[in-house]
Amino acid sequence: MGESIVITSGKGGVGKTTTTANIGAALAMEGKSVCVIDADIGLRNLDIVLGLENRIVYDIVDVVTGVCRIKQALIKDKRFPNLFLLPAAQTKDKNAVTPEQMKELVEDLKKTHDFILVDCPAGIEQGFKNAIAGADRAIVVTTPEVSAVRDADRIIGLLEASEIHDPRLIVNRLRVDMVKRGDMMNVEDITDILAVDLIGVVPDDEEVVMSTNRGEPAVFKDNALSGMAFRNISKRIMGEDVEFLEFDVQESFFEKLKKAFSFGK
Amino acid sequence: MFDLFGFFNSKPSTKSIAKERLKLVLVHDRTNCSPELLELLKEDILNSISEHIDYDPQNMDIKITRTRDDESGKPVLVASIPIKNMKR
Repeated sequence: MGESIVITSGKGGVGKTTTTANIGAALAMEGKSVCVIDADIGLRNLDIVLGLENRIVYDIVDVVTGVCRIKQALIKDKRFPNLFLLPAAQTKDKNAVTPEQMKELVEDLKKTHDFILVDCPAGIEQGFKNAIAGADRAIVVTTPEVSAVRDADRIIGLLEASEIHDPRLIVNRLRVDMVKRGDMMNVEDITDILAVDLIGVVPDDEEVVMSTNRGEPAVFKDNALSGMAFRNISKRIMGEDVEFLEFDVQESFFEKLKKAFSFGK
Repeated sequence: MFDLFGFFNSKPSTKSIAKERLKLVLVHDRTNCSPELLELLKEDILNSISEHIDYDPQNMDIKITRTRDDESGKPVLVASIPIKNMKR
């Protein structure tokens, strides 16, 4: 029996889909059988990030409405023996799937896969409620910006209210140079505010943009820092104890001096 | 150019501004408790303890937050008020 994980954030554009694609690929590279579900109905994107956009025949709405069987809709990623995509419908809306249908679908997939990753749409409306319906646990993605952190806080509260406890946090697109200057919240600032446990930190990396352009997850790249971060997250999901990457974020000597000279707040 | 003036000025970093602003807005988001209400609450708490305790107003912290220890995820009111002396 597999495990289902919803990847959510509240705010759009923080990297949910990229995160889902990369963690899914990384878990598959570890030999796990993985199914990634695009729950963003009407704004399908996981397919293009994974480079599988030309292979879609059926979608999630076809499955829940009985137009096809699950197996017919699943797209097998040829680069990994164990990665499957269940694409979103592009022409329907967020109400095309009900929470009950989602739950049933995820339960079914859990029988044949080790991990089911659900890429949640932005927002807190029906699409969000559908996406979290079948989830055993949740990963909340945020970036070090006030808007993203605020929305993450809201989402954590809503997950809690839906009985999905103890979500884990990914801080995405961390700019080490800005953190050093004191112009970006660091990971500790964010976990402090949100009071949830961290499962990974992904540095801002051009490689993610370039990989996505090509339709290849960044975890393919051995030397990409972001890819390494995603591989580590997937290991932590599997229960391994992996140390967090050091991005050399110690405050510079001048920052410390500056602080020493500035009294009060 | 070497930032000599920036070096001595005491402007807070933008990240501390972000953190402070977030903390304030989240109090409101989490509880529907306005900053004014929190101020009132603070005053009341301090009024009632000041009869018995001589506290350090500089280093105290009263806030509404979510703790890792609390499984329910409900917000909690946390007051950290350093005691200088007990009044007898």
